[in-house]
Amino acid sequence: MNTAVESVEGKLSQQFPDSRGHFGVYGGSFIAETLMDPVSELQEAYAHYRLDKEFIAEFEWELKNFVGRPNPLYHARRMSSELGGAQIWLKREDLNHTGAHKINNTVGQALLARRMGKKRIIAETGAGQHGVATATVCARWGMECIVYMGEEDIVRQAPNVFRMKLLGATVVPVTSGSRTLKDALNEAMRDWVGNVDDTFYIIGTAAGPHPYPAMVRDFNSVIGKEIKEQSLEHTGRLPDAVIACVGGGSNAIGAFHPFLDDKDVDLIGVEAGGDGLETGRHAAPLSAGKPGVLHGNRTYLMEDEAGQIIETHSVSAGLDYPGVGPEHSWLKDIGRAQYVAATDTEALDATHKLCRIEGIIPALESAHALAHAMKIAPTMGADINLVVNLSGRGDKDINTLADIEGITL
Amino acid sequence: MTRSRIAASFAKDANRKLLVPYITAGDPSLDITLDLMHTLVKAGADVIELGIPFSDPMADGPVIQAACERALKNNVTLVQVMETVKRFRQTNTETAVVLMGYMNPVEILGYKKFAELASDAGVDGALTVDLPPEEAGELVEELNAKGIDSIFLLSPTTPDARVKQVCEIGSGYIYYVSLKGVTGAANIDTAEVAGKVSHIKSFADIPVAVGFGIRDAASAAAISESADAVVVGSVLVSLVGEHGDNPELLHEKMFETVNGMRVAMDRAGEAS
Repeated sequence: MNTAVESVEGKLSQQFPDSRGHFGVYGGSFIAETLMDPVSELQEAYAHYRLDKEFIAEFEWELKNFVGRPNPLYHARRMSSELGGAQIWLKREDLNHTGAHKINNTVGQALLARRMGKKRIIAETGAGQHGVATATVCARWGMECIVYMGEEDIVRQAPNVFRMKLLGATVVPVTSGSRTLKDALNEAMRDWVGNVDDTFYIIGTAAGPHPYPAMVRDFNSVIGKEIKEQSLEHTGRLPDAVIACVGGGSNAIGAFHPFLDDKDVDLIGVEAGGDGLETGRHAAPLSAGKPGVLHGNRTYLMEDEAGQIIETHSVSAGLDYPGVGPEHSWLKDIGRAQYVAATDTEALDATHKLCRIEGIIPALESAHALAHAMKIAPTMGADINLVVNLSGRGDKDINTLADIEGITL
Repeated sequence: MTRSRIAASFAKDANRKLLVPYITAGDPSLDITLDLMHTLVKAGADVIELGIPFSDPMADGPVIQAACERALKNNVTLVQVMETVKRFRQTNTETAVVLMGYMNPVEILGYKKFAELASDAGVDGALTVDLPPEEAGELVEELNAKGIDSIFLLSPTTPDARVKQVCEIGSGYIYYVSLKGVTGAANIDTAEVAGKVSHIKSFADIPVAVGFGIRDAASAAAISESADAVVVGSVLVSLVGEHGDNPELLHEKMFETVNGMRVAMDRAGEAS
């Protein structure tokens, strides 16, 4: 953390996490002793390199030349006038290499792994976007790549499985538990415990034991920084709200964090409402769960009264996770960010509208954020600017979309 | 109530190394777990580690994961596990029982209530796998207030500074994880373990138990030469997995396996 505590007092963006990874009561390092050593090694390495000028310069070079940043902040004029209220701006993370924000983080962690001398990379993936982004950076730097993926998800996301294989990664099916993202994470942790000497675990979301939540946030903060600059450039002021979807919450925290001290900018996270919060079939721990401990951190979870983690439901595989990054839990409790949910139906409707009105196919994850913007924009004046983080493109979802309409591709 | 059945077990006979079998509570049912606990005692168990089933057992290998899944099919809860210990105590007031599991069920129940119910049931120690000493202060305080030992893990990669910290905050015994991996992972290196155990003992004023990777009488006996106690889990849990539908055979196999370890450990003790 920044050592100049006096000068940053009162600034949320500089105060958290504390030295042991706590965001208020959330975060921390709830891991077995067998993982303590590699996690401590990572904490030390990240604490050092996050302030290292050469590391930062190399990261920025890769973001520009390999990822293709900065991507545009695009004024969705037709959508805005259709809605008849606030102006909708889209942060085009979908235009990054590999088609989503996930690559920001994998580039950062891969550079760190290289500096730590780790040659074997492991990762978990749900929808496959983080798996593809990890396989990509491993190919880029010639590292061995093993991706754990739930057996269910392997079937649902076949094209991404093939992409990972094309990029030289080994995809390991996970058959334990619910055979989805949370179980893939468990399995990757188990791999790490057994291979601590040569292995670096690239977690794909802003959750897990310290330093992951802060590190993944920092690597994705480029999103919020660009939104800030581009808003000033286009409109001469900061946006009135930044809206992002929240599964584990990596794109959202990256978009929110640079705005934490700009109190006039509303930060709105949109969780997966699935069939509706009232049905219990959703993936919205912040909206309808309660705090607990899972995957190395204390945070809001989807759990039963006995503390068992329950299965989640969402049309979007990338939001299908029972936990959420601890910084979101903290931002919710202190009231700095607001968390709402959009249902499957609302997200699908938003997807189709964006396709037809703006010529952009959004990822189903990102469509949740868009759905909320579409809900609130008509109630606002035309001078209000809403930024929606379009965290990924929807090419990966065409099979899901076709299935829903009963079409076989 | 005795302050600690665990301390009493270690104090009983300086020459006897303790045998600590682990089974997952509720696998395949709580009634069978209760009966198995008595069988384990008959076979020579000194302390029983009772696993609290959890949906996401990150530090466990496939054998104990499967046991958790079987137990959770019957919706076994932490409260029910403690009620089972209470039933065990109706006829056994001597054998120490340690609850071993993950944080979330404890977190949801509440630390204070957990300590109260555990104490009321006759639980002697608690080991929460994903609660390192840095985060453990509050829970340890509640458990201490009820006379329940807080047991912590040490691993081959734990640096000395942390070994000291764990020795200070922990009580009952230290649980040394004998390999880099999950439960039931591989065979262990006896000589390496012996070296580590004697190193840990230079910091610890409580006994050191060794577990993860002990699968038969021979390895139990070998480890017992350096450790104060031997923990054996996956090999017993796989017996439950295999014979859970035939309780009579299960008890027979369980007795045979655990007693075989007990006898081999005693022989090793006599020989040295």
